[in-house]
Amino acid sequence: MLEIKTLSKHFGGVRAVDELDFTVRQGEIFGLIGPNGSGKSTTVNLVTGIFPPTAGEIIFDGRDITTAQPHVTLDAGIARTFQNIRLFNNMTVWENLWVAQNSAEDKKATNLLSRWMGGSRKAKSQVEEYLEFSALADKRDELAGNLAFGEQRRLEVARALAAKPKMVLLDEPAAGMNREEVRALDERLRALKARGITVLLVEHVMELVMEVTDRIAVLNFGQKIAEGTPSEIQNNQAVKDAYLGTSGD
Amino acid sequence: MDFYFGMLQIVGLHTILGLSAYIILLTGQVSMAQAGFMSIGAYIAGMLTVLAEMHLIPAMLIGGVAAALVACIVGFPALRVKGLMLVVATIAFGEFIRIFWFNFDYQISRGGVKLGPEGGEGFKQIRFFPENGWSTLDVAIFIWVVAGAVIAAVWWMDRSRAGKVLRAVGEDDLAAQSAGINLTVVKVSAFTAGGFIAGLGGSVYAHYTTHIEHLNFDIVMATFAIIYPILGGLSNVFGTILAVIFVQVFLLEVLRPLGDLRNLLFGAMIIVVMNFMPHGLFSAQVASRIKGVFSGRKEGANA
Repeated sequence: MLEIKTLSKHFGGVRAVDELDFTVRQGEIFGLIGPNGSGKSTTVNLVTGIFPPTAGEIIFDGRDITTAQPHVTLDAGIARTFQNIRLFNNMTVWENLWVAQNSAEDKKATNLLSRWMGGSRKAKSQVEEYLEFSALADKRDELAGNLAFGEQRRLEVARALAAKPKMVLLDEPAAGMNREEVRALDERLRALKARGITVLLVEHVMELVMEVTDRIAVLNFGQKIAEGTPSEIQNNQAVKDAYLGTSGD
Repeated sequence: MDFYFGMLQIVGLHTILGLSAYIILLTGQVSMAQAGFMSIGAYIAGMLTVLAEMHLIPAMLIGGVAAALVACIVGFPALRVKGLMLVVATIAFGEFIRIFWFNFDYQISRGGVKLGPEGGEGFKQIRFFPENGWSTLDVAIFIWVVAGAVIAAVWWMDRSRAGKVLRAVGEDDLAAQSAGINLTVVKVSAFTAGGFIAGLGGSVYAHYTTHIEHLNFDIVMATFAIIYPILGGLSNVFGTILAVIFVQVFLLEVLRPLGDLRNLLFGAMIIVVMNFMPHGLFSAQVASRIKGVFSGRKEGANA
């Protein structure tokens, strides 16, 4: 579904991502892990078009999105969340989801004027559904900035869902969460999978990654050092070295 | 009585100007070119009524559209710069338009009288109102019909999904873009709409003063335009209106006896308001409290 081909991003002399190759299959939960600074977030930013790659190709659903801008990658069906939560803090929870209904399907269903005015009744009722899914229904009129940390993370996922994506890229959704919240996130990720949404999960919380993902790619210094199922990764010597810092490359 | 009607006229005109900056400010862009857009509406509408002897209403619309077109063109390069750089770029553009009018001569002779803009001398005799026998009150009412329409349109837009999209871009353009919002379309649309409103305001302004010159549209006017929405807060359009009244009626008129001290106080008051009311005179808290009074219930403080 998502093919990354010899993707590189250099910032000056730094090779943040260096000839990276991996493929995410339709309907799976794919984990992307690695030590700090290994290029995970850069990869997410490249896929979603925040900045263009230095070299390489990104193919999604048969469509070349290598140099596509963020709103175009969303149109293609990729939604994301951010590592440091980026909500529209002075807007209500409901409004945060309302403005995010920008899927190709929604754009086609209504004309420009009615979209600007508010979108179809169906679209609005779908907002309620995302609120329900993220257990935020009772917070719908709260300002996003006033929500608790865990709620904000859930709202960000809901906002990604509002764009009816085929795939979501979650950049460290479990960061700062307690055990119980992580378990709830685990369930929500499985629910996403059940809906047929492919998930690319960038995460540091290993219990979650090992528990929920189908396959994992491990990055270190911008390069892929391993790929496989969670159990394969757990027993991979290169991965152990990278995390324990015994090997330099 | 005419003094109060005059006051009413100024408040109406500045409300239109303030709202033109409000729309652009919603997307997080500070435009110092509003006086420039206003001058385009003023000169074009003035030339249409004086030289082409057109009726005021179509002349106003053409003036507004012309300003909108120019604003749309400015909107594209404005996408590339942010924050302080955008302020500088729009100041430069506003000055560019002003200098253009300073050098703009287009006069025709009619019955031995020369009509039309005359460079630094300005554009005199825009006499649509006196020729048609409108009193000060008539003009004040007309200004407020236009201002009312602009207020209603912006208020309605603000509440619709379009307004929320503008706000989303203003709050975090990267997040907005990642949520599928096309930044180019939104930011340029905001500039275009702001330009149209400023042009509309300018075309009314030209006929209200009957004499315009490039100095009317200098950086002071541009500063006024942006001060209103900043001072009034971005919760809703009423903040901007309140700020216009605060500045034009309270600061400039009530404090008039203070003479030169007034200018000092003007700056000081704005600093005081910004410090003690960082969300503006009409913040979300105030708005929800007022809403609470009208709906007869106590509103929580967490607005």
